[in-house]
Amino acid sequence: MSVQDAMQGNGAKVSLLNDPKARGMAYQAILLVLIVFFFYEAISNAVVNLRAAKIASGFGFWNNTAGFDVNQTLIPFSSNDGSTYGRAFFVGLLNTLVVAAIGIVLATILGFIMGIARLSRNWIIAKVAATYVEVVRNTPLLLQLLVWYNAVLKPLPEPRNSLSMPGSIYLNNRGLVMPAPIAGENFNWTWIALGIAIVASIVFARYARKVQDSTGRILPRGLVALGLIIGLPALAFLAAGSPLTFDLPRQSRFNLTGGMQVFPEFAALLAGLTFYTAAFIAENVRAGILAVSKGQSEASMALGLTGGQTLRLVVIPQAMRVIIPPLTSQYLNLTKNSSLAVAIGYPDLVQVFAGTVLNQTGQAIEVILITMGVYLTISLVTSVAMNYYNSRKALVER
Amino acid sequence: MSMATQTGGFVRTVGLEAKKPPILTAGPIAWMRDNLFSSIPNTVLTLLAAYALWVIVPPLIQFFIIDAVWTGKDRDACLESVVGRPVGACWAFVDTRLGYFTYGQYPVSERWRVNLVALMEIVGVVWLLWPRVPYKGWGSIFFFAVFPVAAFFLLTGAEWLGLPPVSTNLWGGILVTMVISTVGIVVSLPLGIVLALGRRSKLPLIKLFSVIFIEFVRGVPLITVLFMANTMLPLFLPGGWRPDSLLRVLVGVSLFAAAYMAEVVRGGLQAIPKGQYEGAMSLGVGYWQMMGLIILPQALKIVIPNIVNTFIGLFKDTSLVSIVGIFDLVKTVEASLVDPRWATPVTRASGYAFAALFYFVFCFGMSQYSQWMERRLATGHNH
Repeated sequence: MSVQDAMQGNGAKVSLLNDPKARGMAYQAILLVLIVFFFYEAISNAVVNLRAAKIASGFGFWNNTAGFDVNQTLIPFSSNDGSTYGRAFFVGLLNTLVVAAIGIVLATILGFIMGIARLSRNWIIAKVAATYVEVVRNTPLLLQLLVWYNAVLKPLPEPRNSLSMPGSIYLNNRGLVMPAPIAGENFNWTWIALGIAIVASIVFARYARKVQDSTGRILPRGLVALGLIIGLPALAFLAAGSPLTFDLPRQSRFNLTGGMQVFPEFAALLAGLTFYTAAFIAENVRAGILAVSKGQSEASMALGLTGGQTLRLVVIPQAMRVIIPPLTSQYLNLTKNSSLAVAIGYPDLVQVFAGTVLNQTGQAIEVILITMGVYLTISLVTSVAMNYYNSRKALVER
Repeated sequence: MSMATQTGGFVRTVGLEAKKPPILTAGPIAWMRDNLFSSIPNTVLTLLAAYALWVIVPPLIQFFIIDAVWTGKDRDACLESVVGRPVGACWAFVDTRLGYFTYGQYPVSERWRVNLVALMEIVGVVWLLWPRVPYKGWGSIFFFAVFPVAAFFLLTGAEWLGLPPVSTNLWGGILVTMVISTVGIVVSLPLGIVLALGRRSKLPLIKLFSVIFIEFVRGVPLITVLFMANTMLPLFLPGGWRPDSLLRVLVGVSLFAAAYMAEVVRGGLQAIPKGQYEGAMSLGVGYWQMMGLIILPQALKIVIPNIVNTFIGLFKDTSLVSIVGIFDLVKTVEASLVDPRWATPVTRASGYAFAALFYFVFCFGMSQYSQWMERRLATGHNH
């Protein structure tokens, strides 16, 4: 009896000091007190310090006019027409998202190529890929960004001596200038046609699956989708009378005018993030493919599947299960690493908001918390999506 | 009389000379056929890659070795117009700046203290990481307790030992990079273990706190943590107490690394079979004894490669402190580049190449170690 009592912790025989429950409560109470004390001290100190430094608090600064300009914006922003700090936040956020989105696409492509190349039976290809991965993975991203920006893009010639490439593309130390497409009035039909084509491809894919399930006949899903997605918009484009013109950059005496400009800060950040993250993705891809046991492809060959089918239907789906979770964390890393933009002056969230806005308003606490909140939201949303994906794709065991 | 001579002359008595190995199945040509030219697409790839290498590698060798300038006192040594030949990397610049890149503005007469700390660190690291060196327990005590205290007094100075104080704003270069990464690892490992245990704790409040801390820190970029340490930390402290700017980033980097370390340790804890916990509990040992004597030694052992990988990431990430104005290696290189005495078109490339080489040697070495350890541990598990 007494043993049982002691184990349940409800007997009077156990001293309170040795009762796991009481101990647990005590530990937690101590932690709580420490945290509360810590926050109380921090906040009360901050109040005193802010008052002493005559810094306002609260989010009132959000609607104040920002007295600075940003050279690369997706939404109009100018100190002349009274853009606010709140707008500066969105300018920075959009710039972050753009460079992250393009970087993710490019890094995925390059990473998969390099990961597969590293497993190639071709000795020279495998060694080139391995060297790339080792060199890039073992040097800091910041240094790579500085190299791209200061050592590769800055020494390019002045605008007046731009390197010109076919198709009215110019390269100089202020970036890459390309013809800017200008959509005519009926161009919207092309977008509509593209939308219809995507929907039609999905419908056809479902139909094809149904046919395959019931009859075993395999319809050319990929070809039909490709034809629809390229053909339909092309038809609409021609039917509307090719409503697309290009604004070509013109070389004037000192500078180039017109066209579309890719700034060197953006190009350097994009190149740095892409090459750096691709090296990590390459390692994930390699690990994923190596994780599929050889018996799988041998068994599928034994069933009479062709090499391509083996890869597409047996190896890749299983490899993806291993690749996707680390891949998502690489995407998150890329997004977080885009904050290094501050080192080379690309106006991302950290540079515009946690840099310029913080310096102008002096409201460090609010600005840093908002900035962190944004990155935190992106991470949490991604991990929730990831967990959902994982729960769907995870191997269902007996 | 043997049988052979009796049965006639048509049986050979002397062996034939061995044939040469067929050239198409063994030897370098066969190797090339198998590995480089096995099919038409493969051949095309090989030729493309060989061409790309031909375009890239010789100019790099030309720039960094053949045309490089190894000695010189100022920019004249590295200017094409002065030397009268094509000039590659300006190693003379790196050479004259090596003291600054290594110690920053640490007083020259006191630099032996830095060297001594470096020696102690090397001893500690080899002791801990080289499996054949005995007395690992003493090694841990040395590296995690004795070494930090000794290093602190040696580097910052101690009047009672006759060491003049050296302010941290004189520190710089590789010294600062090593200090930040070492403090990062020495603080983050114990803190990470505590956080990992907290995350797996059955006490809801402790678990909640650990989860929030880990996920918060892992969800934000290091640069925002550094901004926070730099701008917000002074606000949260009592007025007039201005922490040293190096100390601020040390706090930021350590907390950041601890969250990542916690996840690595948690991976190890999860890999330990439940029977180990149950076995320990059935023997009647308490929580801390169970963790300290049974679970953690096993869990930490299997995650050594991951700990080293985290450390590689931390080591590279220390370069970010240059953004908040700390003179680490990257910042000292950047600062030297604006020196007009060395203003040449090749100075920048040389400085960056030196920094890249430094980081590469360390990180590549550590990753080779972690892979070697992984292989060692893998065989240990299969037997």
